Amino acid sequence: MTATPNPRPADALRDGDVAQAAPASAGARRVGGIAGWVDDRTGAAKPVGYLMKKVFPDHWSFMLGEIAMYSMIICLLTGVFLTFWYIPSVGHVIYDGSYVPLRGVEMSEAYASTLNISFDIKGGLIIRQIHHWAALLFTVAIVVHMFRVFFTGAFRKPRELNWVIGSVLALLAIIEGFAGYSLPDDLLSGTGIRAMAGFVQTAPVIGTYLVYGIFGGPYPGEMIIPRLYSAHVLLLPALLVGLFTVHIALVALQKHTQFPGPGRTNDNVVGYPVMPVYAAKAGGFFFIVFGVIALISAVIQINPIWGYGPYDPSPVTAGSQPDWYMGFADGALRLLPGWLEFEFWGYTLSLNIALGALVLLPLVYFVLAIYPFVERLATKDEREHHLLERPRNAPVRTGIGMAGITAYSVTMFAAGNDIMAIRLGLSINDITWFFRIGFFVLPIIAFWVTKRTCLALQRRDRETVLHGRESGTIIRTPEGRFFERHETQLPEDQWILVQHEAKRPLEIEPEVDEHGVVRPAARKDRLRAALSRFYFADAVNPVTPAELAAAQHHGHEAEAIEPAESSQQIESAETAGRR
Amino acid sequence: MNALAARRRHPAAIAVLLILGLFLTGAVYTAVAPKPADATTAALPAQTVEEGKALFRANCASCHGLNAEGRATGTGDQIAGPPLAGVGAAAVDFQMGTGRMPMTAPAVQAPPDRDGIKFEQEEIDAIGAYIASLAPGPAVPSDEAVDPALGDPANGGNLFRVNCAMCHNFAGSGGALTRGKYAPEVRGVEGVHIYEAMQTGPQSMPVFSDENITPEDKRDIIAFLDTLDEETKPGGLTLGSLGPVTEGLFAWVFGLGLLVGCAVWLGSKAA
Repeated sequence: MTATPNPRPADALRDGDVAQAAPASAGARRVGGIAGWVDDRTGAAKPVGYLMKKVFPDHWSFMLGEIAMYSMIICLLTGVFLTFWYIPSVGHVIYDGSYVPLRGVEMSEAYASTLNISFDIKGGLIIRQIHHWAALLFTVAIVVHMFRVFFTGAFRKPRELNWVIGSVLALLAIIEGFAGYSLPDDLLSGTGIRAMAGFVQTAPVIGTYLVYGIFGGPYPGEMIIPRLYSAHVLLLPALLVGLFTVHIALVALQKHTQFPGPGRTNDNVVGYPVMPVYAAKAGGFFFIVFGVIALISAVIQINPIWGYGPYDPSPVTAGSQPDWYMGFADGALRLLPGWLEFEFWGYTLSLNIALGALVLLPLVYFVLAIYPFVERLATKDEREHHLLERPRNAPVRTGIGMAGITAYSVTMFAAGNDIMAIRLGLSINDITWFFRIGFFVLPIIAFWVTKRTCLALQRRDRETVLHGRESGTIIRTPEGRFFERHETQLPEDQWILVQHEAKRPLEIEPEVDEHGVVRPAARKDRLRAALSRFYFADAVNPVTPAELAAAQHHGHEAEAIEPAESSQQIESAETAGRR
Repeated sequence: MNALAARRRHPAAIAVLLILGLFLTGAVYTAVAPKPADATTAALPAQTVEEGKALFRANCASCHGLNAEGRATGTGDQIAGPPLAGVGAAAVDFQMGTGRMPMTAPAVQAPPDRDGIKFEQEEIDAIGAYIASLAPGPAVPSDEAVDPALGDPANGGNLFRVNCAMCHNFAGSGGALTRGKYAPEVRGVEGVHIYEAMQTGPQSMPVFSDENITPEDKRDIIAFLDTLDEETKPGGLTLGSLGPVTEGLFAWVFGLGLLVGCAVWLGSKAA
């Protein structure tokens, strides 16, 4: 730096000074040295720096996916512990462990080792319970995370692919869960495997061959437990972790969506960087999730395998249900009428089972996975969306979602029809019929009610923007006239109510061109236009700036309880009432 | 009153009113609800058939007929009470000793009511003696036959899972049958009643004769159920031992509820 002779303000004298960095402490130098060493060899500084500076928006509902991620990690950690002691074998042993009521009973090594984990390995029972509770919460969190993504429209371009991956992950998670549920070889899990064998057998033509393939011979054989074990600890976790990595890498790549608000646009992300804020929050949340699951596992018993006893094909217990995430398939089986099993060309077709067990399971996840593309048909929307939609601003989507949840819930609750019958003192036959009819009727009601509710909420939003909030304060003017004061909103509150875009059904192109020739794509377009009308025909659109300006000009007339004569006075009173 | 009036538009007002209303309704109901009349007569020391017959005629005949021959309902299309010749003293002891009989109201099946037992044991024995006098039937088992300490719970567990669990659930928590009928919970039931139930097959339950399950095996089953009652609940609270349904419900309601609560709390924390 060369000093210039011109007189300058004092601050300008320090212009360009290089601040002397405080000498790094010995510890920091060592860390820096290690980081430099690693960076020299891997070039990791750049991508790590990119990730550390990544900004994530803040909202509690964005943590639902984190709950799923952490539960999965907890499952992986506790699962490793369980593999140290579990023996995936159906070799016969006579139990002589600590649990007295089963001493001397003949059982499989798988069951005996699970009993040992529960009663003779230090900390085994709590780890087993954490593993199981975390698995239940993993699947629960996946579902509610999916709700959040669906109802806020986060699956729209460019995130359709990640939605599909998420759907596959959800399906893999419940298969992984089922495989784990089957491993202890107690009466409950054995019943589950027996049921699974039956389901596979109902596949037309190839069913019996498939069962022989899966079980390595006739049911039950000795292969199924080791095979399920390989699937449960190797194949499925590898797929889950692999796909999950892609899932979360895509989130980082495409940036996280955010809720609309002042300053939040389609081109930015408003939030905190990973380092240090988000890392602390998310890292802390891991321990909260682990803590909550450990607390539940310490207090509440889950899957008391010692009570079920060893598996034996002849007995079965009342209350034999799968874990909740497979409940919808079980429930569908309970609802499907028996006449769906019939003979066709000399072969028995067990559609009463095949529809619920073999068709429904993949169908649910297929329908989920293709939804973004169905909606895209109706919108023909090619733009990228990084701002979330409030559920009310997409009434038909929200309605479809609620209808889907209702249909799913009906089949899921139907799986518990016997428990409901005894606990609520009802007839199991009545419950079954209620669900049978409800499966068709309740989703329609749910759709209609949800859609009308959304439209009503949108209208109220319009009303709030145009006329402010009814304060409940009645003002009497000196002349004796009454009116209610309406409070107008702060601009940032108003923004949330008006920021979304107007929607209207796609315009259908004329079916014949100007020469009277039928366009080849006319039929397809007609379908698309019909779908689009279904979505947007009665859309309530946000208040436009022009409408808002007009309302602010004339608003008071509508608010007066009696016809206004001296509008000047009212206006001044109203203005005084504004925040 | 002004403070109340000012808060009448508070968002929680409706909820508070509802809770208050429900509470008041419940409180008034418990205050004025009719109490069951206490009609227990003094204990009868003698267990004679004649006394049993008199008790039967006074308390049971309206449904079962004056001579226990059974009766149809007034319209004649349903059985009011089945004929009782040959059911034996064991059936009487089971039905009356668990509070199932006399039935307080018509229902798909007689519900157990341990707090509502209307008769002293001597009276039940007297009626049992009367019923047993009509035709031979199973007698009340001896104390030794139902002593859990003499049984083998491991064998009892195997037998229970093969013969009983499909209706009564693996832990004896009960299960549903068709059209509102059910297999009741068999936890905390006296051994003698369990024995009698197997012997006489009450309600929808099949009879497990001595050829089917020997008296020693029956005692083993009683011993197994006794160990379930005595067990220290490994792993924590049981959620009713009803299987995965209650576990799933718990995961959804309390597990998810707690975690979402934590997420909301953490989300509202400014960084």
